[in-house]
Amino acid sequence: MRREFIATLCELAASDRRIMLLTADLGFSVVEPFAQAYPDRFVNVGVAEQNMIGVATGLAEAGFLPFCYSIATFATLRPYEFIRNGPVAHELPVRIVGVGGGFDYGTGGPTHHSLEDIAVMRALPGMMVVAPIDGPQTAAALECLWSAPSPIYFRLGKDSPRVAISGDHFEVARAQTLRQGTDALLISTGAMVAETIRAAEILADAGTQAMVLSVPCLAPAPLADLRAALADARAVLTVEAHQQAGGLGSLVAEVLAEARLARPFRRLAASQLGLGRGGSAAWLLEQNGLTADAIAAAAQTLLS
Amino acid sequence: MFADRQPLSSRALRRLILEESHRAHVGHIGSALSVVDLLAALYGGAIRSKSPDDPDRDRFVMSKGHAALALYAALFLRGWMSRGELATYCGDDSSLGVHPTHHLPGIDFSTGSLGLGLSIGAGSALAARLLGKDRRTYVLLSDAECNEGATWEAAMFAGHHRLANLIAIVDVNGQQALGPTAEILNQGRMAERWASCGWTVREVDGHVPTAVREALTPSLHEPLAVLARTVSGRGVSFMERQVNWHYLPMSDEQYAIALAESEALA
Repeated sequence: MRREFIATLCELAASDRRIMLLTADLGFSVVEPFAQAYPDRFVNVGVAEQNMIGVATGLAEAGFLPFCYSIATFATLRPYEFIRNGPVAHELPVRIVGVGGGFDYGTGGPTHHSLEDIAVMRALPGMMVVAPIDGPQTAAALECLWSAPSPIYFRLGKDSPRVAISGDHFEVARAQTLRQGTDALLISTGAMVAETIRAAEILADAGTQAMVLSVPCLAPAPLADLRAALADARAVLTVEAHQQAGGLGSLVAEVLAEARLARPFRRLAASQLGLGRGGSAAWLLEQNGLTADAIAAAAQTLLS
Repeated sequence: MFADRQPLSSRALRRLILEESHRAHVGHIGSALSVVDLLAALYGGAIRSKSPDDPDRDRFVMSKGHAALALYAALFLRGWMSRGELATYCGDDSSLGVHPTHHLPGIDFSTGSLGLGLSIGAGSALAARLLGKDRRTYVLLSDAECNEGATWEAAMFAGHHRLANLIAIVDVNGQQALGPTAEILNQGRMAERWASCGWTVREVDGHVPTAVREALTPSLHEPLAVLARTVSGRGVSFMERQVNWHYLPMSDEQYAIALAESEALA
């Protein structure tokens, strides 16, 4: 996703001189195309995420569209108050580009796992929160949003594989149905959608037809699409590489409650921060019950 | 713009600060009085601005947002705010809170949380350079604000990028919320610290507006830090260097004394 993001940003920057790329000294083998094509509009601020957001605020007030790049947890949690009092309070078009949502930086350990970013970013009024499912949808989202007036948080996967049925499509406040089914509703976001689709395939082999709904735009939330899907659902399972509190599952619970929809419901999510033992992203997903097999099993339990 | 305004002088600023903080019965008086002469220099000519919405105006970041009343008073004397609006200070449904909001004409950036202002100022200065504008960005910091790590992130950034259109004024009054800076987190060798980040440093008596004004002349090739030695509560004997006047509102009797003392000062 990150390479598609930079490639698309390079294309947009050719015709819009307001676009700038700031990095807090991360993005080796990713940000170079932009840095080479637009050296005047590329700034490595050093390992200083708070200053990156403050500088972006000053740039945006003067009319620039600054994109602030770092690993997702560093891009959101370290400068969180700067984001709140800077671009959010001033309603300025600063873009925060967080790479490695969830467990993508597997062996990097818990400091590098971004598991609270959706919760804190969607708490900010006016902040758009976008988690594309793959590279093509990342490009589509950026092409849709690059000049939007609001601040935006892009939660990107690191090297997430292409999801064949993504449709390369993105719309603000819309969810996408990627698979039809009436027995259960599986709702996921970002790179976890691929695993969720595999879970639906496992369920189908066992005779259970699950609908898969992707939520690439978490804020503003796709309330109408969620309500419609939830109203028709027999059981609802949310799947996310994020802590349980405040993420996609919380969003769906809010919609269920406000719409007075009583459904069997479970939120699959990360359950802790670090296990004392580390491993690859795949191993960490397994430990947190976020593999296709575990998702399918949880859906079966919910239906039984 | 507003017929009831007076010439912009330190005395006029102090009078408005005392009047409004007394009327509203709020504190932060010591901090506001500390920066009066700095604002007199800034708004008495250093800041070049035809109107609050001129895109090419010099920008000002009141990074020590808790002295906002002094800034409101300057905006009134500058002609960008009515006396009636100034009199809403700290009232319900007012845009004039203890800390400033950019929704108010003349306030370029909202502040209040220490440590944010210099990085915004650095971005503003970088933007001006990229756009080929000769506007400058002034940032007023407190010395306690130099406790904040983010202030030094921004200082290093501005020095590295040689943002000569960025001017920081540090209100070195030696006081912070719970006592003297020397006892809480020593701010010694302040000049060396800014200089080591690539700044031109000038130290000045922060209560001589003409001297401050002269010190604010930008450096040619580097960002400029003006370290202004000031006294918190300046002009009111019982407030000077007293940490409690970071918080306390005035009684009627204190107000009368404060006003008389302030008027006697230049």
